[in-house]
Amino acid sequence: MDGIHDLGGRQGFGRIRYAPNAPAFHAPWEVRLNALYSVAVKLGIFNMDEYRHAIERMEPRHYLTAGYYERTLTSLATLGVEKGVWSSEELERRAGGRFPLAAPSARGRTNVTGRERFAAGDRVRVRSDHVPGHVRMPGYIRGKCGVVVSESPAYPFPDAHAHAVAAVDEPTYDVRFEATERWPDCADAALVHVGVFQSYLEREP
Amino acid sequence: MPAHDVSQPTVAPLDARVGAIEAACEARGMDPDAIVAELAQHADEQWLPRHGARVVAKAWTDPEYRRRLLADGRAAVTELGLTLPVHHRHLVVLENTPTVQNVICCTLCSCTAFTIIGLPPDWYKDLEYRARVVRESRTVLREMGLDLAPQVEIRVWDTTADKRYMVLPEQPAATLGWGETALAQIVTRDAMIGVARL
Repeated sequence: MDGIHDLGGRQGFGRIRYAPNAPAFHAPWEVRLNALYSVAVKLGIFNMDEYRHAIERMEPRHYLTAGYYERTLTSLATLGVEKGVWSSEELERRAGGRFPLAAPSARGRTNVTGRERFAAGDRVRVRSDHVPGHVRMPGYIRGKCGVVVSESPAYPFPDAHAHAVAAVDEPTYDVRFEATERWPDCADAALVHVGVFQSYLEREP
Repeated sequence: MPAHDVSQPTVAPLDARVGAIEAACEARGMDPDAIVAELAQHADEQWLPRHGARVVAKAWTDPEYRRRLLADGRAAVTELGLTLPVHHRHLVVLENTPTVQNVICCTLCSCTAFTIIGLPPDWYKDLEYRARVVRESRTVLREMGLDLAPQVEIRVWDTTADKRYMVLPEQPAATLGWGETALAQIVTRDAMIGVARL
């Protein structure tokens, strides 16, 4: 989905609040929440693609104003409801107020047919796919051409894995794009490397 | 839901929402306090940059190890007794040189090799870093205190798959000849993310 989470290259954001060796946590509830989330992963209540997709399904205004751990909290609570662990009514009763959850999921998809194997140095193009469900192709590379740098071992295909759709594991390719080619006259020169699943790629025509 | 819809009850505070999940777990026979104690201990004692710092120090002092690390990061960190979660099937180590600066990000969420380089800092997970670093890398690094010479090529790595990255910083010339333990002390998480040089 072309969600609010897909931030790469968006303009208008200000300075990064950087301090050397900044902390990961700011409040005790963040530590507790991170522990609960880690246990849910360990128990196999959901997989990482389901977790990420539930964050992406947050109402956009909620997403933009929530900090990282509130996004984790919303995903954990939403997946718990969707998998029948608890209900939203129970959570709201126990919380003593409204407990905003993510919006329902759309459909997933399985691997693309006719996937190609690429080698380092191959020129590839990212397919212009638009999908309603989870996808790990950042919008800024859609339809763009780049050069394969390396191949990874096979991973579960996120578009299927987030939706309990059957699929085979497939490799990802580190593909190198030129920032100034992607955003002509409006970017700093850099090589931007993205881990792109095989299903998202085709040979450059 | 529109923010101005006053007919809706108030959103519960964050700690109350976390408390609700803890209470729901407890009602199902789980012990949230024990879970939190165990996992918080991981965050405090395990998911720390000192692991990655050991890896970097070893790579600086042992050329054969450096070669193995760059060829297969996962196998090389495992040699030192370090672990990655099972879903991080691959660790790619990115070597900085006098003319190459690698920098890691995750534009879609906030992924990192947290068991090796430590849990990500707040700014890494902020919208500003995620939106800007792929497009305005040199400007962003300068704002963060890393003013690179024009001839230094910047390579940004967007963690969009479950493959994980860490940057192998350049060893400062002043530390040549130091032992591994002393070297590990000077390696920071920010240098392994690639937003700082040592």
